[in-house]
Amino acid sequence: MSDKLLKVRGLKISARIYPSGQRPCDIAIVHGVDFDVEGGKVLGFIGESGAGKSTIGLAAMAYGRGGVEITDGKVHFNGRDILQSGIRDVRKLRGGEVTYVSQSAAASFNPAKKIMEQVTEAAIFQGKFTRKEAEDRAVSLFAKLGLPDPESIGNRYPHQVSGGQLQRCMTALALCPKPDLVVFDEPTTALDVTTQIDVLAAIKEAIRDTGVAALYITHDLAVVAQVSDHIMVLQQGAMVEYGTTDQIINNPQEEYTRALVSVRSIQHKEKQPTEKPLLKVENITARYRGTNFDVLKDVNVELHPGQTLAIVGESGSGKSTLARVITGLLPPSEGSITFDGRILSPDLPTRRLEDLRELQMIYQMADTAMNPRQIVSTIIGRPLEFYFGLKGAEKQKRIQELLEEIELGDGFQNRYPAELSGGQKQRVCIARALAAKPKLIICDEVTSALDPLVADGILKLLLNLQKVEDVAYLFITHDLATVKAIADSIVVMYQGEVVRCGTKSQVLAPPFDDYTDLLLSSVPKMKLSWLEETIAHRKMESGGN
Amino acid sequence: MKNMSIAAMIGLFFTALYFLMALFAPLIAPYGMAEVVGDVWEPSSSEFLLGTDSIGRDLLTRLIYGGRTTIFIATMATILSFTLGSVLGFFAAVSGGWVDQAISRFVDLIMSIPSLIFALVVLSVMPTTTFILILLMGLLDSTRVYRLARAVAVDITVMDYVEAARLRGEKIGWIIFHETLPNALSPLVAEMGLRFIFMALFISTLSFLGLGVQPPLADWGGIVKENKEGINYGIQAALYPAYAIVTLCISINLVADWILNRTTSLKGGRG
Repeated sequence: MSDKLLKVRGLKISARIYPSGQRPCDIAIVHGVDFDVEGGKVLGFIGESGAGKSTIGLAAMAYGRGGVEITDGKVHFNGRDILQSGIRDVRKLRGGEVTYVSQSAAASFNPAKKIMEQVTEAAIFQGKFTRKEAEDRAVSLFAKLGLPDPESIGNRYPHQVSGGQLQRCMTALALCPKPDLVVFDEPTTALDVTTQIDVLAAIKEAIRDTGVAALYITHDLAVVAQVSDHIMVLQQGAMVEYGTTDQIINNPQEEYTRALVSVRSIQHKEKQPTEKPLLKVENITARYRGTNFDVLKDVNVELHPGQTLAIVGESGSGKSTLARVITGLLPPSEGSITFDGRILSPDLPTRRLEDLRELQMIYQMADTAMNPRQIVSTIIGRPLEFYFGLKGAEKQKRIQELLEEIELGDGFQNRYPAELSGGQKQRVCIARALAAKPKLIICDEVTSALDPLVADGILKLLLNLQKVEDVAYLFITHDLATVKAIADSIVVMYQGEVVRCGTKSQVLAPPFDDYTDLLLSSVPKMKLSWLEETIAHRKMESGGN
Repeated sequence: MKNMSIAAMIGLFFTALYFLMALFAPLIAPYGMAEVVGDVWEPSSSEFLLGTDSIGRDLLTRLIYGGRTTIFIATMATILSFTLGSVLGFFAAVSGGWVDQAISRFVDLIMSIPSLIFALVVLSVMPTTTFILILLMGLLDSTRVYRLARAVAVDITVMDYVEAARLRGEKIGWIIFHETLPNALSPLVAEMGLRFIFMALFISTLSFLGLGVQPPLADWGGIVKENKEGINYGIQAALYPAYAIVTLCISINLVADWILNRTTSLKGGRG
């Protein structure tokens, strides 16, 4: 098959924005992109948020989401110019010849309908199959995607299957009408690494077996390298580089691509534990009120002054709950927390002001961690005023110092959070925590909502600040690459229990326990055949047992 | 002000007109409020622009003074209901637990009694002074404001920035007034417009039923009541105050809409 299935030329897309106090205006978000997709091939799109990758993906369905409009260019699909087609033709195309897999399956499925009904809907609506044929096809797709119970899983409702399974159901949904092209829009981004690898393998196999072409959109180069034949690197709506997967990974030509490939290359030499730990969590057991299930079971953790302890685990492992217990938001049912030599009161309202000051927190979503109606100098200034009673010029001076410390210069004091970029927001949150002159900062997934390059910047900043301020970090994350970059010691958690702990070199060196092994081997590597090798390795091991 | 819609301008114009008339009633009104100056239900003439009422008082004068009473009572009651309702609502949402339960269930109890019937029962035993009217209407209506304020604040108090403030050790006053209130302003302002209208309608209803503003003091509901017999003879007198009530309500709504549009477009404001 050498005929071009999808041919895109000079694609320009703009969006209408509504700045306050000004007339609405159009801004270009994609500036003339060209690409081809051949039948049965997979083209990966990679770039940071705002690069226009999802928008381009949707353009393959002649669709602009929200106020987005395709302003110029040609999109030929199966030889037809779909931008010039009438709405009737486009309707036949969408859900028939081109289908779409979105990032959040949980938000995209209708919770009130059974999975089977939704998976077969498009195929039946398009008149491609009868209900019976479509259901048979769905069952065979469920089996191919490795879903348990392929015969009956379609009778369940979306909330009755796990996140990874639902994402696979969505892939089945997209493949059910026998499309020529599937647009995958970050299909594994919302999943844990250990789930991601299975979904990725399932998607790859399904693409190969059905011979469908695909656009695969993601911000994770290591992931896209596993499934794509070609990769296009995008930055701010323009193409940076295009090539085969092999060439992009092993021989990137552009500066930006090289930065993406070498991301997370921060080196950090681990420090040895000191005599006296700063934070000592002993035998903590905790549960949420109104439940009869212990979220944390007999957890012991130690953190030394000026060092970084990373707590790793997938969602549901209890790592964020541990942070809530340490901050006092969730009093534990058993166990004690010793901080700087004194026992912390289990309950937040009874803690001393000094304890509150010395233990600060940074959140995952900087958006919601700052009051949208406060300007930056209020956000950073409040802890100064609250803990140290600073006022007027003295306070302004300190705010300026803090802003310089987080590498934001002048002109940020009077901005609202909405006027900052994602990375800048997180920096302001760091400044707010630093303003209290803490001994310990709890960082709860602080980089997971950020683009890789921006996240790198934040991690470097945190490491520098640690040297200057001698502050300890309790770093909660699911991302092992981050852990390797900054941790001195590591705790691996699984289902509320500590399965492994020690210094970084101890934890990351064999022999591994089963869970740590699974976790470590699930992290995608920038290597072409990583996925196959890992899956084959696992099959072999389980066969041997 | 520049990119104001026509609807908003009309609303603002009428609202301003009514409020100014209420403020300067003694200067504008051609006659005294309770002064009998002509025959019963005289048609409009150059002497009496809108004619006279059921006992020969100038209707325009009555309307101007009536507007003053209606708007004054509605405004005061709205302010009372908002202060009380939103502070209690925020307090309940931020405190949570049994404090929230106790206040919410008490409010449910009050809301389960139809407010007009509640008001009629209370007014039948209490003296019907302006102060009692404002107090009663404000208290009854604060239950509705409480519901809204609590619902909005509950959404806000689970945000990370409120948690951050709690972790900092902030007192409940800061959390209510600095973290919650600014983010709850938009829905509250919209509700304020609506509530003011309900207040105006409520006081008019009470007066129409004879339990509101007592004669000889005029208010719009009362004027409708005094002149309602006239409708049988084709006399328009009862309709003028009704028009006034309608136009005031609509124009306030238009203004509230406009304010809502402006505040939601503020930086990062919630819708």
